[in-house]
Amino acid sequence: MKIAVTSTGKALDSSIDPRFGRAAYFILFDQNSNTFEVIDNSPNLNAVQGAGIQAAEKVVKLGAKGLISGHCGPKAFRVLATAGIAVYNTEAGTVAEALEELQAGNLTQAASADVAGHW
Amino acid sequence: MKIAIASGKGGTGKTTVSLNLARSWGEPVRLLDCDVEEPNCHVFLPHAIEKSDVVTIPVPQVDEELCNACGECSRICAFNAIVALQTKPLVFPELCHGCGGCTKICPQQAITERGERIGVVEIGRKGDITLVQGRLDIGVPLVPPLIRAVKRHAAGAETVILDAPPGTSCPVIATIGDSDFVVLVTEPTPFGLHDLKLAVDLVRKLGLPFGVVINRSGMGDSRVEDFCRREQVPVLLEIPNDREIAVAYSQGRLMVDAFPEYQARFSDLKETICNLIEG
Repeated sequence: MKIAVTSTGKALDSSIDPRFGRAAYFILFDQNSNTFEVIDNSPNLNAVQGAGIQAAEKVVKLGAKGLISGHCGPKAFRVLATAGIAVYNTEAGTVAEALEELQAGNLTQAASADVAGHW
Repeated sequence: MKIAIASGKGGTGKTTVSLNLARSWGEPVRLLDCDVEEPNCHVFLPHAIEKSDVVTIPVPQVDEELCNACGECSRICAFNAIVALQTKPLVFPELCHGCGGCTKICPQQAITERGERIGVVEIGRKGDITLVQGRLDIGVPLVPPLIRAVKRHAAGAETVILDAPPGTSCPVIATIGDSDFVVLVTEPTPFGLHDLKLAVDLVRKLGLPFGVVINRSGMGDSRVEDFCRREQVPVLLEIPNDREIAVAYSQGRLMVDAFPEYQARFSDLKETICNLIEG
């Protein structure tokens, strides 16, 4: 199963980007093969509006089944929920730590957006 | 003839100049309050508003029976207002600019439009002034469509005075873009000068003839006048920093009504503007 994690950099030890729509990168981690790819989110980072919606669309198209981010706003959450993607909020420092939290069952699937839009 | 009253900085006196110019025009004039987030011309024309029309923009609604989830609507939308995954599209009306692209491109003809309310246009009259003002609903981010709705009421009028919102972004361009002359109202302060420079850059880029009115003249220094001289921008009128004017304003009285000597100065302003347009 593939999990997307919002990241400020291109490595597993990069800091988590607390933002979803305007995150710098997504680390798309494949739990089956323990490999990952880096997705540049700069087009959405600089979007005039609807960054969260566009980022959610991208995560869906990447084939991820879960998303880990600091926060997720209402419009993005609606798109992710419609596509059946589980959203997890984390306070972990790095991408690797967040993935470990998920593996250990320490992350709870969010039932709704945890912040208002444009937080 | 369309004369737009604009400024970079807010609170410099656009509404004051618009209203006093309109009152001293001497012929019927249509005054359009395009500051639709906070229209206030009506404060000085009490009980003028006679009717109110709801303004809507077209937003998509999807017939899920007809939709085959092809995603064309999502691809054409520049504003991320409609998203089609492998599912039926999700619509975010608050992001929609009402362009109609998704409706036209849908191969299944599954998308129709419904009107989403964004605000009202209010119309009234006081003497020679016909006031048209937009009032945006709270929480609505789409300013230019409502300004365009206000401006449709300019049709057929000999003289139109547009009271613009402050700043230099889309709402201002939507207001002043097709005017024959722009009056930039400023004040002799560092903020006034800073934002005047931005406004001058804007009107030059738009290729519009313009001049400056200095309000509260004498309260600061001469840097605004120096700038205008250096840049060869005509100073059309200076309104002194006079406590009595402020008192009359706070009572909702127009300068030209409270102090008749200003009638001549605003008549001169009219003449100067007309000469510059014709010149």
